[in-house]
Amino acid sequence: MRKDASFIFSDEFLRYHFHEKHPFNQKRIILTKELLEHSNVLIEDDFIAPRKASDKELALFHNPEYIEAVKHASNGELEETKMNEFGLGTEDTPIFEGMHEASSLMVGGSLTAVDEVLNGRTNHALNLGGGLHHGLNRKASGFCIYNDGAIAIKYIRENYNLRVLYVDTDAHHGDGVQWAFYDDANVCTFSIHETGRYLFPGTGNVDERGIKSGHGYSFNLPIDAFTQDESFLEVYESAFRSITHFFKPDIIVTQNGADAHTFDPLTHLCGSMKIYERIPELAHELAHEYCGGKWIALGGGGYDIWRVVPRAWAQIWNVMKTNSIATGLLPHSWREKWQQHSPVELPHSWHDNENAYPNIPRKAEIKEKNKKLLAHLLKYTKV
Amino acid sequence: MLVEDIMKTKVISLPPTATIAKTLRLLQKHRIRHIPIVNEENEVIGIVSDRDVRDASPSILLEDSDSKELDNEIQTIMSSPVITIHPLDFVEEIARIFYDKEIASLPVVKDNKLVGMITEKDMLYTLIQLTGTHVQSSLIEVKVPDIPGIIPKVMEIFGKRKVNIASVLVYPYKDNSLYKVLVFRIQTMNPLPIIQDLRDAGYQLMWPNNIPEPKI
Repeated sequence: MRKDASFIFSDEFLRYHFHEKHPFNQKRIILTKELLEHSNVLIEDDFIAPRKASDKELALFHNPEYIEAVKHASNGELEETKMNEFGLGTEDTPIFEGMHEASSLMVGGSLTAVDEVLNGRTNHALNLGGGLHHGLNRKASGFCIYNDGAIAIKYIRENYNLRVLYVDTDAHHGDGVQWAFYDDANVCTFSIHETGRYLFPGTGNVDERGIKSGHGYSFNLPIDAFTQDESFLEVYESAFRSITHFFKPDIIVTQNGADAHTFDPLTHLCGSMKIYERIPELAHELAHEYCGGKWIALGGGGYDIWRVVPRAWAQIWNVMKTNSIATGLLPHSWREKWQQHSPVELPHSWHDNENAYPNIPRKAEIKEKNKKLLAHLLKYTKV
Repeated sequence: MLVEDIMKTKVISLPPTATIAKTLRLLQKHRIRHIPIVNEENEVIGIVSDRDVRDASPSILLEDSDSKELDNEIQTIMSSPVITIHPLDFVEEIARIFYDKEIASLPVVKDNKLVGMITEKDMLYTLIQLTGTHVQSSLIEVKVPDIPGIIPKVMEIFGKRKVNIASVLVYPYKDNSLYKVLVFRIQTMNPLPIIQDLRDAGYQLMWPNNIPEPKI
């Protein structure tokens, strides 16, 4: 019988670890998993172990020279003169032992998710180890080594020939995946993110629309810094619905970065848990309406690993498994276990207390600007 | 940056005796808006724009008009003399020419021979590149006193963090001549350590810091 959802997981995901002070920390996956276990919505039957992606699979998107370079770096054998060319050994993507194996497993996790869904064993699959959307064809970038999203979509195209809608709600532009399918009419990419005027990577303008036969299949909503829930959800929901109606995908792949929250240290958006409740609900609804339920969700950014990411990511699973978000208080046992490790006070509730949010003086202007942006984008979804 | 670095070297040109009809076809075929007119020595003697050609073409409103005008030689409508530039001119200088002369295309001439073309669009693209927005990067704006030696002092902080700088722009701070704004595009997704270092060193940041109540 087909399951509702599969949770792709292995302790080995934690081996994707740059160093203690690096903001990208996969401990958030453990925190999320345990939050769900303590809430009794994640049980043994839900788990699927990730496989390791083969070199051939990595090469669906990455240049073989780059894969070789990562392997050398993984063994500590990459010449220093070559590091810069491949974006390795930088502040963002420092070299660590076993980086090739650790990264291949994250990619494999996304491929496992694809196979689970497309072989009909499950409707939805979640790989929180994935969503490394900045990885480029022959360059590591923005904490990402291999771009599992791009590889998984290439894999879907090659093995199942389905039309894929990729939706990226990370606060940073999903540039690596966008460029991977910029000339492809069978893969539609949609990214909502903080404007690139200040924030990495700088791209993701509303006028980046694709080239050649892929023209018209790339969508971007670069919303203003300090955007809050109401405006975020207004433009996101409208755009997502229109794009899905326009493209009519066979399967939806979402990248679920959780760094648009006001607590996130790296970005300047001011969302609360409300957006992380609505994002999976919407993906779930549209996947059922257009794709017979076929939905793969990946992780992504998210740098407040204590207060934001576990709750945000757990809600994806809650929606996949139970068709509803969790509400009320977090399980006491989870807080008790982890509070001693956390430098900040862990939240008590699944939701945020609205008083905790800054007053944004330019709120009305920001809302107006985002609306104009949406109107601009919607012009392109008229068939 | 030099003109020779950004000019197009595959140039479509025509002799003065070519017909207007042929010029029109070339403009359409290559989707260009200007064609330099050269003599047998490849010296630029004129230039025509798509607008010149359109103005010289018979109106589509006159149904029985014959297309005699299109058989005229292009030298009858070309503009001359032509403003030209040299491969060793600076991009900033040609920006000034485009602005002052209100034209949109410049032939590049070396030893009196046509060697390239630059359009206003090429120049704008180059200026965009100079702002560094085409490389993956984060932006930091620092307000500094307008005194000699301030840039190396700020740069030292970036240097310590082993972060590549994609571009640096310097512009005046509003109307206040005592200050300047330095805009850095740095190739990292995590500018926090550098932001902290800059603040610790006492620098005032325009970004990130531009709202009265900063993010928690």
